[in-house]
Amino acid sequence: MSALPLIAHDQPTAVVAYRRGRPISAAQFLHDVHALAWRLPTGAHVLNFCDDRYWFAVGLAASLVSGKCSILPSTHTPEVIRHLRAFAPDVFCLSDDPQCPIELPQVLCTQPAAALNGSSRAPVRFQVPQIDAGQLAAYVFTSGSSGTPVPHAKTWGRLVQCVRAEMTRLAPIDPAQCAILGTVPAQHMYGFESTVLLPLQSGAALCAERPFFPADIAAALRALPRARVLISTPVHLRALLTAEQALPELQLIVSATAMLPANLAREVESRYGATLLEIYGSTETGQMASRRTALEDQWWLWPGVQLTLSDGHCSVHGGHVEQPITVADVLEPTDAEHFVLHGRTADLVNIAGKRSSLAYLNHQLNAIPGVVDGAFFVRDDSQASLAGVTRLAALAVAPRLDAAHIIKALRARIDAVFLPRPLLLVEHLPRNATGKLPHHALVALTAQAAMQQPHLFA
Amino acid sequence: MSEHALPTQTTPHIDALALEREIAQLIVKGLNLPMQPEDIDPEAALYGEGLGLDSIDILEIALIVSKQYGIQLRADNQENARIFTSLRNFAQYVAEQRIK
Repeated sequence: MSALPLIAHDQPTAVVAYRRGRPISAAQFLHDVHALAWRLPTGAHVLNFCDDRYWFAVGLAASLVSGKCSILPSTHTPEVIRHLRAFAPDVFCLSDDPQCPIELPQVLCTQPAAALNGSSRAPVRFQVPQIDAGQLAAYVFTSGSSGTPVPHAKTWGRLVQCVRAEMTRLAPIDPAQCAILGTVPAQHMYGFESTVLLPLQSGAALCAERPFFPADIAAALRALPRARVLISTPVHLRALLTAEQALPELQLIVSATAMLPANLAREVESRYGATLLEIYGSTETGQMASRRTALEDQWWLWPGVQLTLSDGHCSVHGGHVEQPITVADVLEPTDAEHFVLHGRTADLVNIAGKRSSLAYLNHQLNAIPGVVDGAFFVRDDSQASLAGVTRLAALAVAPRLDAAHIIKALRARIDAVFLPRPLLLVEHLPRNATGKLPHHALVALTAQAAMQQPHLFA
Repeated sequence: MSEHALPTQTTPHIDALALEREIAQLIVKGLNLPMQPEDIDPEAALYGEGLGLDSIDILEIALIVSKQYGIQLRADNQENARIFTSLRNFAQYVAEQRIK
């Protein structure tokens, strides 16, 4: 089996990362990686919870060089952590926060190296570790429909192959000359690939910060002393435009996690004078296609990735995709390298870039003691907000509970972006003869409730 | 001369309450919250338990106050912990920082 380098930076002085505009060299990075690897516990599974992207990358690299697998769930509710403990009983949490709330054995990766006896074991000579392409590097999770997160294994070789394909799509810019700033967390599949693996594998510098407000994004970009790439989402891009935020010169803007409307893409390109590349992918497949949304409809597949249609389902295989995967979206191949995206299958929901399924959310709602029946649904009558986000609604039958109690119980089970607005308590759900809940019946019942409780529908 | 140094509002307490109410209305409308503006407890936390807002909501609030009052919220602002502890503290911050 072949081996692939941990990082593409081949000089000790090459910049691997910036924090507040200050460079961190490849030599320092490898020193931090070896120092951390030396003091990791024996468990083979690492929940990398580092918020600072530099420490996330150090944690990932330390896990790779010690043959451990990173666990990357999309959310960290107590319910998900409970499932992870069952999935990998030896899992421990790697964090950069001394007050980390995750209920797992903790390793703090920011402990100063000088305080460690092991720091002297870091090699003096600059040598980039080689990682076996077949090594299991990460498990990423989708929400599944039965209430249990579903793991997807990623080998080092396939992850590297995927972001090397991404690098070719950034042309004509040379990533090795750029600093890459992300507004998405490193634990999210898109953030993992585009804000951590892409810089490490292309020789670019990653940025430790994850700016949030429009003014933060501008400040973090201004602090970067070289060509800038912004890895973001439709929510953050819309927020930048709405806030009329000025930005310093950008080489490239990348968007993923949710469909980017073409008019928003054109507005972003003209406001910021940079090309906007949209990326298509999923947790299961990783990134697999790109398009210049301001100019084109069709998506261009990564080299070697193929689509096959059968029985109305689209299967992805080849390239970096480990085994054929049926995608939940409706894709129509237009030739061997291109496709058109027609939307998502009805069960999938995407709120502010976080994906789940109605089946999973319904399972969590109905698992709350005292909830007799309940269903989430997508409201099509509510107005999108300034950041362009539309929330879910839910109906529940729970004679002994109030809405506040149910919301509190849901908060421990599902990511907060999926909490229903509103949650309506009803006497029974409008199930049809086969037990199904037709969307129009949910909408009608909600409209009826809106007449009775107008204050719930601001 | 000393009159010029005084705040222009003659009844700051009433103005503060009016601003608090105005912000409550903007938040309930802007975030599609299933409640009336007057249902927001001005002393309760905006984040997590309390009013139950999440990070997308806080981004929405940043856009609302940027549009309405010309204020740019920053995540690394040392005062953020205090600002988001309650509607009352947030309204006070808006009163201090607003440029329109």
